[in-house]
Amino acid sequence: MKALLYRDLILSVRAGGGFGLGLAFFLIVTVLVPFGVGPQTELLARIAPGILWIGALLACLLSLDRILALDWEDGSLDLLATAPLPVESIVTVKALAHWITTGLPLVLAAPVLGVLLSLPLPAYQWVLISLAVGTPALSVIGTFGASLTVGLKRGGLLMSLLVLPLYVPTLIFGAEVARRGAEGLTVQTPLLLLAGISFGVIALLPFASAAVLRINLR
Amino acid sequence: MNLTVRDLAVTRGGIAILEGVSFDLSPREALVLRGPNGIGKTTLLRSVAGLQPAEAGTVTGAEDRIAHAGHSDGLKAMLSVTENLRFWASVFGTSDIEPALAAFDLLELRDRMAGTLSAGQKRRLGLARLMVTGRPIWVLDEPTVSLDAASVALFAEAVRAHLARGGSALMATHIDLGLAEARVLDLTPFKAGPRARAMDEAFL
Repeated sequence: MKALLYRDLILSVRAGGGFGLGLAFFLIVTVLVPFGVGPQTELLARIAPGILWIGALLACLLSLDRILALDWEDGSLDLLATAPLPVESIVTVKALAHWITTGLPLVLAAPVLGVLLSLPLPAYQWVLISLAVGTPALSVIGTFGASLTVGLKRGGLLMSLLVLPLYVPTLIFGAEVARRGAEGLTVQTPLLLLAGISFGVIALLPFASAAVLRINLR
Repeated sequence: MNLTVRDLAVTRGGIAILEGVSFDLSPREALVLRGPNGIGKTTLLRSVAGLQPAEAGTVTGAEDRIAHAGHSDGLKAMLSVTENLRFWASVFGTSDIEPALAAFDLLELRDRMAGTLSAGQKRRLGLARLMVTGRPIWVLDEPTVSLDAASVALFAEAVRAHLARGGSALMATHIDLGLAEARVLDLTPFKAGPRARAMDEAFL
């Protein structure tokens, strides 16, 4: 399992690995929004937590089809399926590698990019915390979508359509944590629900992903 | 322990292509599958390797003992030759990749990126992967594609060494490998007759 994680991380930072893809997209969204909204600092500050969350979610979505498609194309997925690793751990490691290469950089970049959106001062820590708690769920749900559509030609569109509705609860509670934090309200309830979603999908979805992946490998 | 296949029936795209295939493969033995294109060699090998469920019949003695090499080599273009092999070695819980590099004449290429290798060199690397898995049964689908005569000889030598170590090999191939001791199984008599299409395939 360690070998697979290590290989995925190495591949993502080598040429063509797509390590900076999500991060660059996140940067583009947060740089462009202030131009689109215009010079209204108050309005911008009000929508900033939501924009950061939507940007992170879309950046995550952008890189999902690489999780399994590349291994499918060169045949390594077949070989991994006959290896002593259970398929459940393969999809878990793949989700973890995706989070480390996409989710984690987004979490770390969000406070920096918050400056561009004139994010209110009390919101910084809550944006950081809500993304740190919520992005693992995005990676795990995304791996499920990737398992469903692996092997389909141009499966990316279908995968986005399948995955986006599943992302909605995470987005709602994640953005709610950040918004309430920005307004100085208590964040306990949405934060607990967000953490609940994350832990729930981490515990359950790898089994679903493994099941659909086995069917797709036939 | 033998690999035993009894009355195996396989389908491709919902159409039955082979039925009633039975054979035994004991240690130190090689079995070559022959048959025209489309007869179902690849599908049969995937079923034996457990990548595809069989329509009927049983495969015993295959669990966690098979190293499968299909049409694609499963190489990462942006990893070097040694990194590719080392990855598969640690996935299969082994660590020594030197014999595999030597057996397939890859020592000089060890630090090259797999993406810069020629088709034949990639194939040799894909076959070297079998040696690092440490699995006793090699299931090979057209192993000699894009290999030159010298590399085919290297491959035959590797298979012979594998058999001598108590392993066995099941392969589908069209060319003569120079493995005199290998048995040959012609799949033509097992071609599935025309019959009703398996009805539930579309709903699975």
